[in-house]
Amino acid sequence: MNNIFVYLEIEDGIVADVSLELLTKGRTLADKQQCKLEAVAAGYQLDKIGEQVFPYGVDTLYLADDKRLSPYTTLPHTSILVNLFKEEKPQIALMGATSIGRDLGPRVSSALFSGLTADCTALEIGTYEDKKAGKVYDDLLYQIRPAFGGNIVATIVNPDCRPQMATVREGVMKKEIRNAKHVGKTVKLDVSNYVSDTDFVIEVIERHMEKSKVNLKAAPIIVAGGYGMGSAENFKMLYDLAAVLGGEVGASRAAVDSGMAEHERQIGQTGTTVRPKLYIACGISGQIQHIAGMQDSSMIIAINSDPDAPINTIADYVITGTVEDVIPKMIKYYKKNSK
Amino acid sequence: MSFNIVVLAKQVPDTRNVGKDAMKADGTVNRAALSAIYNPEDLNALEQALRLKSTIEGAQVHVLTMGPARAAEIIRESMYRGADGGYLLSGREFAGSDTLATSYALAAAIRKINKVDIIICGRQAIDGDTAQVGPQIAEKLGLPQITYAEEILDFSKREITVKRRLERGVEVVKGALPMVITVNGSAANCRPRHAKLTLKYKNAKTVSERQASSTDYTDLYETHPYLNILEWGASDIEHEPQWLGLSGSPTKVKQIESVVFTAKESKRLTPADGEIEELIKELIANHTIG
Ligand SMILES: Cc1cc2nc3c(=O)[nH]c(=O)nc-3n(C[C@H](O)[C@H](O)[C@H](O)COP(=O)(O)OP(=O)(O)OC[C@H]3O[C@@H](n4cnc5c(N)ncnc54)[C@H](O)[C@@H]3O)c2cc1C
Ligand SMILES: Nc1ncnc2c1ncn2[C@@H]1O[C@H](COP(=O)(O)O)[C@@H](O)[C@H]1O
Repeated sequence: MNNIFVYLEIEDGIVADVSLELLTKGRTLADKQQCKLEAVAAGYQLDKIGEQVFPYGVDTLYLADDKRLSPYTTLPHTSILVNLFKEEKPQIALMGATSIGRDLGPRVSSALFSGLTADCTALEIGTYEDKKAGKVYDDLLYQIRPAFGGNIVATIVNPDCRPQMATVREGVMKKEIRNAKHVGKTVKLDVSNYVSDTDFVIEVIERHMEKSKVNLKAAPIIVAGGYGMGSAENFKMLYDLAAVLGGEVGASRAAVDSGMAEHERQIGQTGTTVRPKLYIACGISGQIQHIAGMQDSSMIIAINSDPDAPINTIADYVITGTVEDVIPKMIKYYKKNSK
Repeated sequence: MSFNIVVLAKQVPDTRNVGKDAMKADGTVNRAALSAIYNPEDLNALEQALRLKSTIEGAQVHVLTMGPARAAEIIRESMYRGADGGYLLSGREFAGSDTLATSYALAAAIRKINKVDIIICGRQAIDGDTAQVGPQIAEKLGLPQITYAEEILDFSKREITVKRRLERGVEVVKGALPMVITVNGSAANCRPRHAKLTLKYKNAKTVSERQASSTDYTDLYETHPYLNILEWGASDIEHEPQWLGLSGSPTKVKQIESVVFTAKESKRLTPADGEIEELIKELIANHTIG
């Protein structure tokens, strides 16, 4: 009762990173609230899920194991969460802001009449005063997210309804093992008590999931290009620089929209959130929506011909010049000085 | 055979073109500085509806929108592109609705429209980017849903096959109507306005728009019933007052801050060879690279 739940997303028997990141966050919140961290997995052949998630500090793992639950479809997974939440009455429920989480979350929130905040970038615990009703609420979940195209940051609370639900994008929270040896309790659900036959009305006929080729989140160095790169031809310089430094290439939305880079390389509010050791922003102006996805990089170098580009205000090193001039020099002097 | 398609479309502030004057000095949004547009993915939804209409004999497309009086513009715009008409759900009872209260009201309106075979929404509205209203309506109506639809591949005997575009792949799914579909921005663009339809419908108005306008066209609206855009208030839909508007919204905004990034102390360099080489040496020395 009154615990924190994380919905586990599973593909090919592997728990998604975003779920592990949420477990890490959920563990911290549960410590603060002095409650349990619980996880729920719905799918088929889930024997190996426990060993993947217990190290993140899961106290109880609920398994709904049934052939019909994989691949994911909306209604049966909704029924499992809705019925389980009715029994367990969690205070907080978290899921990934993914194609699955954003399909499932609103459905569950609608059934339980509880509020849901999509795409949170931070989750905290705090108090809330409802001045009109003259009520003070302690220990609410602050669901913090950008709004209005990233121009404002809003803190949302759900004072009265439970669970307080939020989705978070992959890469926004950090994942961290709590205790590699920890083993929590496993509860196997009797699936037929949770779903009904009418839940299986949508049939998946075909499914092609690709493993992402680009792993921006894990890259210690990111060389990112913006509209200022000018052309797909010029963009190739970034691959050269990334190759010599051992990094990955990222992009702004303007670069993606203009076809210079693939969508999966986009960094920012509607792309991936990254926090590498070094971020080199090349021909990126530094609009709020871009900065939202890279501001936590340990070191930022900005290369921009405009001395007043907004990106410069958050950069550790500002090189005022053109990418055509600066990038080849960086490659040249790295080759000369390394080893 | 009658076949009723309802498209949910929302009028939104154009957050994609936020200029400097979009934020007021006190950090709140200056809505007046943003133009109101047809939510982009709702146009993709409309296109899918119009395509279905063209393949199903007797099919009709109606657009349902909840918003202020001026949101009737969305319905007219839809008619210019081929919709048969629409409904505006408007009134102060709906003010302050979060996604749950919005879906409650829209679901009630859909029940009132009655005999709806398919409900097509956009994936998400750009003012909040939540992507919640479609699935929440489906739940309230007890209907299945297909989200992230990119293309309707097949429709026959009340079964629909849809290609979904997901973050990491594609899926083809099949299900029986009635249901709710939410359409992705990657789906086909909406056809442009049709000149003849634009002429035909340019005087289509809601009752409040007619009352606000100085000329009286009563005759026109009696002889041309298709020019009447239906306008519903809270009293027209079956509802429990506590689920509408602010009181039906479990989420509350505690605080809003405009985004300011704390400027760092940065080192300024020129592209001179010596400066770039120094920088690279420094980064190697402190193990940032290499
Ligand atoms: C809801 C919403 C979500 C968004 N999400 C994202 C997101 O996730 N990620 C994202 O990146 N954007 C996002 N955006 C878009 C964002 O607002 C900006 O439009 C975008 O980041 C701009 O990209 P840019 O900096 O590459 O292009 P520009 O703003 O056009 O900047 C180009 C820069 O290159 C410089 N330049 C030009 N030529 C050269 C040269 N030869 N050498 C060096 N410098 C040069 C210019 O001085 C300029 O600073 C979003 C917008 C909205 C409304
Ligand atoms: N006020 C509204 N009127 C009509 N349709 C809406 C409204 N709000 C949301 N929708 C529909 O629900 C979709 C998702 O909206 P949202 O959950 O706000 O991102 C939109 O693309 C619309 O199709």
